[in-house]
Amino acid sequence: MRSQIEGSRAVAETVARCRPEVICAYPISPQTHIVEALSRLVASGELAPCEFVNVESEFAAMSVAIGASATGARAYTATASQGLLYMTEALFNAAGLGLPIVMTVANRAIGAPINIWNDHSDAMSQRDSGWIQLYAESNQEAADLHVQAFRIAEELSLPVMVCMDGFVLTHAVEGVDVPSQEQVDTMLPPYRPRQVLDPDDPMTIGAMVGPDAFTEVRYLAHLRHREALTVIPRVADEFAREFWRSSGGLVRPYGCLGAETVVVALGSVLGTLKDTVDELRAEGLSIGVLGVTTFRPFPSKAVRAALRGARRVVVLERALAVGMGGIVSADVRGSVPEASITTVIAGLGGRPVTKASLRTMLTEAAADRLKPLTFLDLKDDVVERELRRTG
Amino acid sequence: MPAQRIKFYQTGSFAVGNRLLDPEQRSVQAGADRANSLTMGHRACQGCGEALGARYVLDAVMRAAGNRAVTVNATGCLEVFSTPYPESSWRVAWLHSLFGNAPAVATGVAAALKAKGRTDVRVVGQGGDGGTVDIGLACLSGMFERNDDVLYVCYDNGGYMNTGVQRSGATPHGAVTTTTPAGNSFGQGKSLPLIAMAHRIPYVATATVADLRDLESKVTKAMEYHGARYLHVLVPCPLGWRTASDETIRIARLATETGIFPVFEAVDGEVTEVTRIRRLRPVVDYLRPQGRFAHLFGETPRDDVIRRIQAEADRTVRVFGLTEPDEVS
Ligand SMILES: Cc1ncc(C[n+]2csc(CCOP(=O)(O)OP(=O)(O)O)c2C)c(N)n1
Ligand code: SF4
Ligand SMILES: [Mg+2]
Repeated sequence: MRSQIEGSRAVAETVARCRPEVICAYPISPQTHIVEALSRLVASGELAPCEFVNVESEFAAMSVAIGASATGARAYTATASQGLLYMTEALFNAAGLGLPIVMTVANRAIGAPINIWNDHSDAMSQRDSGWIQLYAESNQEAADLHVQAFRIAEELSLPVMVCMDGFVLTHAVEGVDVPSQEQVDTMLPPYRPRQVLDPDDPMTIGAMVGPDAFTEVRYLAHLRHREALTVIPRVADEFAREFWRSSGGLVRPYGCLGAETVVVALGSVLGTLKDTVDELRAEGLSIGVLGVTTFRPFPSKAVRAALRGARRVVVLERALAVGMGGIVSADVRGSVPEASITTVIAGLGGRPVTKASLRTMLTEAAADRLKPLTFLDLKDDVVERELRRTG
Repeated sequence: MPAQRIKFYQTGSFAVGNRLLDPEQRSVQAGADRANSLTMGHRACQGCGEALGARYVLDAVMRAAGNRAVTVNATGCLEVFSTPYPESSWRVAWLHSLFGNAPAVATGVAAALKAKGRTDVRVVGQGGDGGTVDIGLACLSGMFERNDDVLYVCYDNGGYMNTGVQRSGATPHGAVTTTTPAGNSFGQGKSLPLIAMAHRIPYVATATVADLRDLESKVTKAMEYHGARYLHVLVPCPLGWRTASDETIRIARLATETGIFPVFEAVDGEVTEVTRIRRLRPVVDYLRPQGRFAHLFGETPRDDVIRRIQAEADRTVRVFGLTEPDEVS
């Protein structure tokens, strides 16, 4: 049933209907509302049997999830920013052990300087952790992606991160059709682990692997991720049939066919971007948008197919590879090496990405006047003053 | 201080056979049905105290748990020498995740079992002193504070042995490690059993591999409780301590007889039993056989350091009442 609801609340209720057995969390803005809501649901007994563990750090949160998942429980946690980095070691470990943990990342910048607002620096920094990364465009998609995430994770025995923009989505109240229990149950059968800590059938999990087999282990992990490229769209199709709406999948082309310029982006900025592009198209510009929902594994083929006819590609990034530029851009370039690609770094640390700025930028791009690496709305006077001051 | 329970040794020996006792009083290792939790094929050095300790601990856990236990292991010698892929020396369900998170992973296992209604399965976390008193301390303290249903065992060999004998927060004063070439300088020390007791968890105990019967009995006692329990076991490391591999038991015993390592139990944060020292020895008896303390007895003897170690041991003896006569009840 559709209701006006905060994004965090919609996600919490959806996660609850996925019947998690162990939830652990450590608070950090802008993730807090999600875990607060879940703790209430667990305390009320609504989620039984489910354990809510208040841990002493994000490192412990991911570690508790690892232990729970290896014991055959459906495990969930949520974090953001500094918290995600604080659990980095355990993130790689969860992926290496092939544990289907699902985690919401309420995307937020990373300090210093400390900044609680939205960008994608946190999730992007864990690009190579071995987690599947899905990016939500709206709160409806954020909720829906969690149902799909558990399904994908458990089918592949891989952890999945659902990224939703901090504040912009987590704290926004809008109409969301929160998946009902019956619907979720048809999508999500009980978790059957591939390997489990069972005293009746003892198994050693997490052994030391030396040079003789490590390459093969990593290669197999890579194959599993490539397999995800077929599982993710299949689950999205199934979801669409069950729920009568489209969420998830690999990429979302919007007016790409025949467009001279295509803007690639992830997350909630896609809404503003599509509005802007609609106006520009009405004014005669040949321009489309490609939303990347699945960033890891990177859907090179789907990206290539969507960008085939484009003369120029603009990648709008909410994170910065310091000393290099774009992060998503590198993958897009690898997928369409022949295209002319420019990178636009936008919305760092919560700076709003406005329609006006996008308009100016895209008009410049269409006229081939965009620098290969552009920082949207960069305040040149501030930069110059600082450069002068520090010599 | 209350008296120590008697644990029925064969007359005049510390052997663990106990064949003259009733079956239920015999040691776990004396039973043909012992679990052999850590079995042959592992790569520990000869005389490794940690391998010995882990075997006794896990087998006692298995007996108490009716063979239904799950073990979570921190990174360290014990993990490395027992699981060289594709082999494993473990005959218990065993999970290794990271160096500093074993207590939290064990919490996760316990939470999952609880959610699944598996009250029959018990959870053990274990690691070296580095994994426990240093890098894993935050996770361990969280586990204690929440009183999660986990028995956590620290095998204390006084250093980061797996990485080549570097100093840890449990390295004793004066000991040479590869990062304290002139001997570990005096600090405040870090007593994890006391830190554990400050959390007022149901059960805390210390033990050594010199007294395996006592070790087994403490594991058995720990398993009678639910909630967070902590066992700190002194396990000499021939490689790091520069001792002969057949000296492991003797050195561990000297650690207790000199008052360097107090053996005690605490329930709900209060000491309930201490193992008395029948004949207190000077600390030099413990220090002299170990290569890691050789510089104290070299060309320029470090009597000052020895005096401070002795003073520390004297304090431990006094605080724990290690030489007080047993109360007659
Ligand atoms: C985060 C992290 N830091 C450092 C290491 C390297 N490391 C592995 S085992 C180990 C020492 C283990 O010492 P301890 O816990 O005392 O166990 P022991 O080997 O002495 O039994 C170290 C430093 C690691 N694996 N992970
Ligand atoms: S280095 Fe020490 S702790 Fe490690 S296996 Fe050898 S004796 Fe045991
Ligand atoms: Mg050690």
